[in-house]
Amino acid sequence: MDFDLAAEQPKLLMLMYGLLAFVLVVGGLLLLLDVVPTAVARRREAQLVAASASGAPPPRRPRQREGLFALFFLLPTVLLLLIGLVVPALRTILLSLMDRRSENFVGLDNYVWMFADDSIFRVLLNTLTWVLLVPLAATAIGLTYAVMVDRARFERFAKSLIFLPMAISFVGAAIIWRFVYAFRGAEQEQIGLLNQIVVGLGGEPRQWLLDSPLNTLLLIVIMVWIQAGFAMVILSAAIKAIPADIVEAARLDGVSPWQMFWQITLPSIRPALIVVVVTITIATLKVFDIVRTATNGNYETSVIANEMYNQAFRYGEDGRGSALAVFLFILVVPIVIYQIRNLRQQREG
Amino acid sequence: MTTATPTVPTGTQKITKREGPARRVRRRLNTRTATAVSIVIAIVWTIPTFGLFISSFRPEDQIKSTGWWTFFRDPQFTLQNYEDVLFGGSSGQLASYFINSLAITIPSVLFPLAFASLAAYALAWINFRGRDWIYIGIFALQIVPLQMALVPLLRFFSTGVSLGGVTVLPAWDLDGSQRFAQVWFAHTCFALPLAVFLLHNFISQLPKDLMEAARVDGATHPKIFRTIVLPLVTPALAAFGIFQFLWVWNDLLVALIFAGGNDEVAPLTVRLAELAGTRGNEWQRLTAGAFVSIVVPLIVFLSLQRYFVRGLLAGSVKG
Repeated sequence: MDFDLAAEQPKLLMLMYGLLAFVLVVGGLLLLLDVVPTAVARRREAQLVAASASGAPPPRRPRQREGLFALFFLLPTVLLLLIGLVVPALRTILLSLMDRRSENFVGLDNYVWMFADDSIFRVLLNTLTWVLLVPLAATAIGLTYAVMVDRARFERFAKSLIFLPMAISFVGAAIIWRFVYAFRGAEQEQIGLLNQIVVGLGGEPRQWLLDSPLNTLLLIVIMVWIQAGFAMVILSAAIKAIPADIVEAARLDGVSPWQMFWQITLPSIRPALIVVVVTITIATLKVFDIVRTATNGNYETSVIANEMYNQAFRYGEDGRGSALAVFLFILVVPIVIYQIRNLRQQREG
Repeated sequence: MTTATPTVPTGTQKITKREGPARRVRRRLNTRTATAVSIVIAIVWTIPTFGLFISSFRPEDQIKSTGWWTFFRDPQFTLQNYEDVLFGGSSGQLASYFINSLAITIPSVLFPLAFASLAAYALAWINFRGRDWIYIGIFALQIVPLQMALVPLLRFFSTGVSLGGVTVLPAWDLDGSQRFAQVWFAHTCFALPLAVFLLHNFISQLPKDLMEAARVDGATHPKIFRTIVLPLVTPALAAFGIFQFLWVWNDLLVALIFAGGNDEVAPLTVRLAELAGTRGNEWQRLTAGAFVSIVVPLIVFLSLQRYFVRGLLAGSVKG
């Protein structure tokens, strides 16, 4: 028993401080905003009374008040975003143009390295594979499942089963699947489900996570496993929102279920479909935990986010790490622009 | 792939009874294929977790020598794995990391929730110049991957800010459990764009008449915020709260960078990833450990799933 409750006390104390800070900051802010305007209003009232008594014109109503409120309401958010996101992001762009210790300006060297170095090129290729396969597979499975269980008897329960992996951390999911992929020599009994099935079918057990490029595909399965639930929930809601009279009309026209799916269901849920694909694509671009936990990026499975972590925080190559982060950002931008344009069209249409 | 049962309006359920026998058989068949396919998907999605769960209760030598499916032929049950992994020093000591996870998560949920709801209210209901621009700015920040902020933010904590040799802000210089503050700070910053966006969606849709009536009655913005807006958007707050809770509890990257790896600050995910790396074949630890980390989000998720789904829908479909 190495666990010692006394050793945990500083943490709980720190948590208390955190909660205290929360109460003070938020409560203080609200109190300040509550007390000050009341006082101001009272003074103004007094002024008004005095003015009407003396017959002088009433004092001009201060115009700034609304703006002042807004300032205080927005202050914490804007301040934190500037310190925590805007300024760091701009600095990252700057750092990506400098050497590993951020002392000398090196121009685009870090970006050139990214495409010239074979191992990094491999990383980019892997990321591309992820981004192509995960949204496609997760959306397809999510959609199929959503259509199939729609109005089925155990719909809620059936949906929960698929949705549940969303509550599991990527780290947990990676461990769960590593156990499925676990390997024992051919002469031993297998403990991994996948190898057991392979052996059961008369094959040889394999070290699944060591063989490239199959290992990348097997890691992708983990991500699909997590994201399919998300796709299913959004698409299921979209399917339920299709007006009943359209479906009914099609049914009276005698369309087959297959036609119904392609000609009614799919066009009706197109906006939701795009949102799902875009969201999963962005999540996939940034995937880190799965790769790090399952293979640590070895055996040619690394992806951009993992390599960024390695370069910046393990090898101390701040310039290269920053360049990879910027590259990630550049990949995300067009996807988001596409989505915004799409949403705008939808609102106008 | 026969997608047979889409969107039957509830009214037709009764009509089916009067359908001709041929049609009924076809419907039944279609439904049967659909059921079969969905059962297959459901099984594939459940089995891996189930296998790990069963394994976590099997004795070490059993886990390592036979597959978890043999459990049903030869059930041997033990809680030893959990005891080891929770309290044993060398094999996990996850109880300690569990407390870290709690200490990281609770403030990291509360702060963005409070700040974002204040900001969302201001952006929705207070008239001031530049409002739209600030909203668009915050909205646009959603696309910045948090990877973009990591290196400079870490330097900000460790060396402070200096402009031209003049120290503007000193280094935070935190050690031990004080470093929780760094993690809270980072999580709060990274959560704000999405939080403001989501809550703005809800808050801006409150009835305008209500707000105007309150204004006419002389209520100030803080009063409206506290007494009218907050109670009305509780479901939205719950939705984002769950979302943020799951995100923070399950996060690895932010914790890895801002909390470090030791048992004073690091959360469960960091420890588990480390165990998976260094003791990848110690399945008795990994299985039990994974479940220790999963159990809290699972409870939160299952008990509040309704809010979570509603939040997801509001966040992604409404735009």
